Amino acid sequence: MMRSVLGSALGLVIAALTFGAVHTAVAADTTNPEADAKAFRKFFTDKFPKVKFDDFVNGPYSMDEGLYQQWKEKEEFPPYEFALDMGKELFAKPFKNGKTFADCFPNKGIGIRQNYPYFDEKQGKVVTLELAINQCLESNGEKPYSYTKDEMAAVTAYMAFTSRGKPFDIKIPNDPRALAAYENGKKYFYTRRGQLNFSCASCHVQSPGERIRAEVLAPAIGILNAMPIYRSEWGGMGTISRRFTSCNSQVRGVPLNPQDDEYRDVEYYLSYVSNGLPISGPGARP
Amino acid sequence: MTIARFTAATPRTGRIADARRAGIVMTLVLFASLTASHAAQAQSSAAEGEKIAFDRSKGNCLTCHEMKGGTLAGSIGPALTDIKSKYPDRNELIAIVTDETKRNPQTVMPPFGRNHILTEKEISAVVDFLQTL
Ligand code: HEC
Ligand code: HEC
Repeated sequence: MMRSVLGSALGLVIAALTFGAVHTAVAADTTNPEADAKAFRKFFTDKFPKVKFDDFVNGPYSMDEGLYQQWKEKEEFPPYEFALDMGKELFAKPFKNGKTFADCFPNKGIGIRQNYPYFDEKQGKVVTLELAINQCLESNGEKPYSYTKDEMAAVTAYMAFTSRGKPFDIKIPNDPRALAAYENGKKYFYTRRGQLNFSCASCHVQSPGERIRAEVLAPAIGILNAMPIYRSEWGGMGTISRRFTSCNSQVRGVPLNPQDDEYRDVEYYLSYVSNGLPISGPGARP
Repeated sequence: MTIARFTAATPRTGRIADARRAGIVMTLVLFASLTASHAAQAQSSAAEGEKIAFDRSKGNCLTCHEMKGGTLAGSIGPALTDIKSKYPDRNELIAIVTDETKRNPQTVMPPFGRNHILTEKEISAVVDFLQTL
């Protein structure tokens, strides 16, 4: 173990206390995302006092000095370079009707990653960047991309790259449906499921920095800032949708379909509580 | 436990009532073979338990625990060493593996019995293995 048994037992107790605190905040029947975000941030900064706040976006690399060194070296010849080039090309390439992605997005799609997902009051639901990309394609008579890799990973990689360093700035508009989506995402994140009885929080709140077999678990704070990522284990790039479905499969649970309500809502929750942390995508992982 | 079985078995083996010496020799032989077979049984069960504990599609305990004989262990749970002295009562180990959330509702350890990840027999074998650590 990286820490002593006592240390991790204490960690569990603290986790329990914090969950308690977070849940009490909820139980006081006004949902309070702002208080959630503060408690969430405090939990991780207390647990990892040595990690520089902005470093949390580096996932497993922020948890382990040896890994951190590996990451620095990797960044010199980043394995996502190829996807980045492809994304740039796809982004600029005109659709059959002559329009491009730039026509679908604010600021022509440049430097806007930090504003996704947002709650779309017209559609009455959370819109993630992946969903917005496919909505753009479909509204222009193009075929949507597969959500998990290839073109989707490439275009989101490019859009993240143009937004690097910009802090997550997720808003919850004064609309009860937005608050409900946030609550739903939060509930999904903390609910245990699957034969192995894990919640997302079991791994990314209770055990970040610990090894699960040989993999070091990323902390939940800043966990989306580096997406999409190149993973050696995947032999390529993967999107947020790919990561969520593979995390669900790991617990012998049945994954949802990419971009189902719960996944978009959990992305909304996780991004909101990471407000202030800079976009760092695309990322590379062992 | 072995002793109890041995005494219970004695009357049935005392076939030649007047040859006490022979009887004693026989019981001693029986005792020896009983102990040996009992030990062998626990040993094979422990070996079976080790297989189950290491198998990724069964216990997969190495995901979270370092255990003697296993590689690529995780660190989410404590290293499992000296288990026999820590938990002399095997029922306690059965309980932990069956459903650790009973002892600690916050635990991330999967409830192997409650969620039917392992059968009772498999859990018993895993516990035999744990007692060798
Ligand atoms: C059984 C453990 C486990 C559970 C439960 C789990 N994950 Fe993961 N998750 C992992 C592992 C292992 C990785 C790869 C190592 C890492 O980056 O943390 C990972 C990575 C991720 C990443 C990418 C982080 C990065 O920096 O590379 C995201 C995002 C993520 N998980 C989200 C979730 C969500 C959302 C859920 C619940 C639906 C969830 N996880 C449930 C084990 C788990
Ligand atoms: C996902 C992680 C995980 C898996 C898989 C797991 N455990 Fe655990 N285990 C833990 C944690 C964490 C603890 C610490 C106590 C707690 O959380 O209540 C623990 C505690 C224990 C203990 C008590 C150890 C002590 O020193 O007090 C035993 C024994 C044990 N586990 C056996 C097993 C066995 C056998 C398996 C596989 C069949 C297994 N565990 C699988 C996480 C896990």
